Amino acid sequence: MKLTLKIWRQKNASDKGAFVTYPIDGISTDMSFLEMMDVLNEELAVKGEDPVHFDHDCREGICGMCSLYINGHPHGPKQTTTCQLHMRSFSDGDTITIEPWRAAAFPVVKDLVVDRGSFDRIIQAGGYVSVNTGGVPDANEIPIPKRIADEAFDSATCIGCGACVAACKNASAMLFTSAKISQLAMLPQGQVERMSRAEKMVAQMDAEGFGACTNTGACEAECPKGISLTNIARMNREYFSASVKSENV
Amino acid sequence: MSWVTKTLSSTIGRKLIMALTGLFLILFLTGHVSGNLLLFKGDGGEAFNIYAKFMTTNPAVKLLSYLTYISIIGHVIFSIWLSKRNKSARPIGYGVSTPPSTTVSSRNMGILGTIILIFIVVHMQSFWAQMHWGDLPVVTYDGEQYKDLFSIVTFAFQNELMVIGYVVAMVFLAFHLSHGFASAFQTLGLNHAKYSPAISVIGKIYCILVPILFASMPVYIYFTQS
Ligand code: HEM
Ligand code: SF4
Ligand code: FES
Repeated sequence: MKLTLKIWRQKNASDKGAFVTYPIDGISTDMSFLEMMDVLNEELAVKGEDPVHFDHDCREGICGMCSLYINGHPHGPKQTTTCQLHMRSFSDGDTITIEPWRAAAFPVVKDLVVDRGSFDRIIQAGGYVSVNTGGVPDANEIPIPKRIADEAFDSATCIGCGACVAACKNASAMLFTSAKISQLAMLPQGQVERMSRAEKMVAQMDAEGFGACTNTGACEAECPKGISLTNIARMNREYFSASVKSENV
Repeated sequence: MSWVTKTLSSTIGRKLIMALTGLFLILFLTGHVSGNLLLFKGDGGEAFNIYAKFMTTNPAVKLLSYLTYISIIGHVIFSIWLSKRNKSARPIGYGVSTPPSTTVSSRNMGILGTIILIFIVVHMQSFWAQMHWGDLPVVTYDGEQYKDLFSIVTFAFQNELMVIGYVVAMVFLAFHLSHGFASAFQTLGLNHAKYSPAISVIGKIYCILVPILFASMPVYIYFTQS
């Protein structure tokens, strides 16, 4: 495959940045998108140019580290992660535009790498459960209905990639935050911090500068894990009830 | 900040206000359109004028009308507040943005709302302000005097521009509600396997039926009263 890549290059956080066009040849349809980027970077390295910086880790679709806004979609044309996107999703001769996630709360570090530390801080604010140390409790000690377990698990599949933020016209982090609030709110282990969790995580999400939700559903359509909007409704319920009932004046 | 202001100024709280005021305005529109159906009665405006007097004098209706004013003002102020925040959440946009799988209405609620706001201002100036403070002709039914709002309405809708403007505004209202109706329930957290499908169907019917009924009034008057 012969392709033309239009890639966002930006030296550092304060650099203005611009698109740079790179022609590339000899790409196999079996390569993953990131492997195609590796080929480009090898060519750049041979030429003595600065390789294109991009995030990745597991390359198995489970860590959420890979990003890239490809031809107007986070993670490209398929509802999957960029590492699981294959070049067979493109045609010979295509021009592919590659940009970083765009959000005030995801500042560009270099090229296509953005700082998603804001997500970590939302988790730190309340996305945990307190567990006593001591003997390991029996796994089936607390009965949980199958339907609830499944729903909590669905929410827990969020890999924190930030595609929802990248896709949203408001750069809202509500799909992510709601998945993280939901996975614990539904389970018995999550009850202890249930109210403070909703209050603190929403407050942190707002403090990071993410937008609000207009319920357009762009996040759900682009989420590689199929996290659904029902999570956002649940987060709103959790937040309203926590605001009314909690002792935090 | 107290917990109330903290909650209502959060992104979710601001949306709560949008949803509650929006739903109240939907209730208001339902009442408004039902009452105005009296324009179709063909009795020279008697029923409509009696209704108009009731609507401006009855104390219970007064209370509702204050709630309506507050809802409009609240909805607009919070929409500006939200839209500003949403804009600043993405200071640098994308080079390429293919239209996503979302609806045109959901992506343009602010623009649709702004057009509706312009309509509301013109509309209130044409009829609401006239009814309250205008020098209206007076008619007498059964020995009681009534302001003849009907004559003002029929006169206004002899003008093609007014009629076209009203019909167009109702198209925008339809689009605003095609997203807004169901969206408000989602914001309130009412997303449920049993009820959401029904809410979505009712929303679709509502966003078509109510604007059509409203739009048919100027059109009907234009063709029957000239
Ligand atoms: C009779 C008139 C109106 C009705 C019945 C109405 C109804 C609604 C409803 C039900 C929603 C959904 C709320 C939610 O998603 O939770 C909404 C959203 C919205 N409305 Fe209105 N509205 C009206 C007029 C206006 C006006 C005059 C404006 C303003 C300038 C406006 C601006 C907006 C905006 C910007 C949103 C989206 C907010 C967001 O989610 O980001 N609306 N409206
Ligand atoms: S909700 Fe989906 S798109 Fe958003 S961070 Fe989680 S996995 Fe990524
Ligand atoms: S690199 Fe881990 S999900 Fe793509």
